[in-house]
Amino acid sequence: MTGDSTTAVYAPAQASDRSRAGGGDPLIEVHDLTKVYGEGAMAVHALRGVSLVVRPGEFVAIMGPSGSGKSTFMHLLGCLDHPTSGSYRLAGQEVSRLSRDDLAAVRNRRIGFVFQSFNLLARTTAQENVELPLLYGSVPREARVRRAQELLQQVGLGDRLGFRPSELSGGQQQRVAIARALANGAPLLMADEPTGNLDSASSAEIMTLFRHLNRNEGITVIVVTHDVNIAAWSERVVTFKDGLIVDDRPSAEAVPLAAREAATRAASEEVRA
Amino acid sequence: MSLTNLLRIAWQALRRNVTRSILTMLGIIIGVGAVITSMAIGSGAQAAVLAQIESLGANLLVVVPGAITTGGISLGSGSRTTLKLPDVAAIAQTVPDAAGAAPYSQTSAQVVAGGTNWYTVVGGTTPSYTTVRSWSVAQGRFLSQAEVDQAAKVAVLGNTVAQNLFPSGGAVGATVVIKNVPFKVIGVLLAKGQSGFGRDQDDVVMVPITTLLDRLTGQTWVNTIFVSATTPETVPAVVDATERLLRLRHHLTASQPDDFSIRNIADVQQVRLATSQTQALLLAGIAVVSLIVGGIGIMNIMLVSVTERTREIGLRMAVGARGRDILLQFLVEALTLACVGGLIGIAIGLGTAQGTSALGHWPVLVSPFSIVLGFVSSLLVGVVFGFYPAQRAAALDPIVALRYE
Repeated sequence: MTGDSTTAVYAPAQASDRSRAGGGDPLIEVHDLTKVYGEGAMAVHALRGVSLVVRPGEFVAIMGPSGSGKSTFMHLLGCLDHPTSGSYRLAGQEVSRLSRDDLAAVRNRRIGFVFQSFNLLARTTAQENVELPLLYGSVPREARVRRAQELLQQVGLGDRLGFRPSELSGGQQQRVAIARALANGAPLLMADEPTGNLDSASSAEIMTLFRHLNRNEGITVIVVTHDVNIAAWSERVVTFKDGLIVDDRPSAEAVPLAAREAATRAASEEVRA
Repeated sequence: MSLTNLLRIAWQALRRNVTRSILTMLGIIIGVGAVITSMAIGSGAQAAVLAQIESLGANLLVVVPGAITTGGISLGSGSRTTLKLPDVAAIAQTVPDAAGAAPYSQTSAQVVAGGTNWYTVVGGTTPSYTTVRSWSVAQGRFLSQAEVDQAAKVAVLGNTVAQNLFPSGGAVGATVVIKNVPFKVIGVLLAKGQSGFGRDQDDVVMVPITTLLDRLTGQTWVNTIFVSATTPETVPAVVDATERLLRLRHHLTASQPDDFSIRNIADVQQVRLATSQTQALLLAGIAVVSLIVGGIGIMNIMLVSVTERTREIGLRMAVGARGRDILLQFLVEALTLACVGGLIGIAIGLGTAQGTSALGHWPVLVSPFSIVLGFVSSLLVGVVFGFYPAQRAAALDPIVALRYE
């Protein structure tokens, strides 16, 4: 059982290295990344040379006004697009020049996505939604079902396996999406405005889940947000402006104390509930 | 992604919109149904024509007298009186490859049997008629050479005549009266059915040719000589030899035209066969057109489906679907549509063929080949018309697809 490759995929990502200062090889290593849309006079320089290192187990918030390049950066980190120049090493593998199909395989194995609008398949049960990445990872049916049920249990939806998205609340839908993002045992969770469509109670619920996954499962979490109250849940805030990183420091310095306290309060209420 | 999973995904997608799926399949259903029905009707018609050729007699030639032309007025084919009984014997004896020759003349008369009577055709011929026309008796026997030589007053009834004059049977041995001449019934012919032109061939009474000429019509010539060649290949040679023989016997000089004409009935039927083949081709053409229309329907709906499900495609790509996975997903969906449509079409085609045969009394013949062809062509339509939408889906940029509203 332990020798079989599928089990290896399921194994929780590398045990988190709690002592973050310099510990472990970087999970993300971006060097001088640029992205230009269009050509000539019409060219739009979305990223103008970005470098960033994220170590396993970090919880990073990426902030910045719209048009700052944070979405473009997110797409590149998520292996959804090719950079114009620069290098990107994900878990030690250079991925900036991979083919479309190879990128798909990298996304399948290493990255879990959480979207603002959940992006669950309509008229498909929670369990089948969670199984989706496993389907493309060619995991056998029995293992797929077991894994999906485990994950839904883990996000607190063990009693909603056969529910369809339309029968679930927004917070529940986003939890299904998080379970889906975790399905292939990816070490990296990327969330793009994950609470943008949720009320504050559901937002706290989702952010608590992220914090739990980050602290207890050692999963690296990157959240793109414009909301300082969401950034307050992270440990590091990276700020973009005009295609460049203009600020990168611990959230303790970047986020007002009140917002951080609110997050801590919400988290403890969630844990009690 | 395994085939089972692909099929399951396709099936779920199609079940989400049952009405649309059925409407999409309609073109294929009609197309495949048309293929099955048209082929069944086409091969049924061909089989019927072939059966008619069989029933005419094998490799049959018909010699009829030529036309008389006096003062520029032509009296039409058959008006000459130059074909005589000795010509028949000469053909049978001297033309190589002639399997037999039989004279035939006819008149119409009221045939009376006791209290009942029937207006029918009275034909005169010789024993060779049975071989030349591939016709035999159901009861009793046919005319003998002795009866022809003696101009005996014997008759063989066609099935229709026997049914009408002797509804309760007992025709053989009875006496019928034709134009005041009593004839002894010696046999009843096998039922032959309608001719290719709709005439009831069984509505006839056969008597010796000599009796017919002497006692019923008073003619000295015959209307028709049926000649059968041994094989279909020898038919042209028999035509030539018969023509030469008759010209010789009728003392025609090289400058005179024939005073008779020879018709190759098989040729006429071959034309009919070709006609029915053309009809079948035409129907097949219509079927192909409706299959193409059906395919365009599938392509349309698949394009709509790809557009509607752009976000789904984006999501699948984000979680690791490769272009090939998406291509296959939509291709399998189109194929499933075409396949299910094809199966329904086959069922409807078989039903229509049976209905046509039951209601329209048309001959139909469903061949297993047409079923295979119908199914394969629906699959082909699915692949051909499903490919473009599937390729469009596979070529989507995941970022654009995920953001699609």
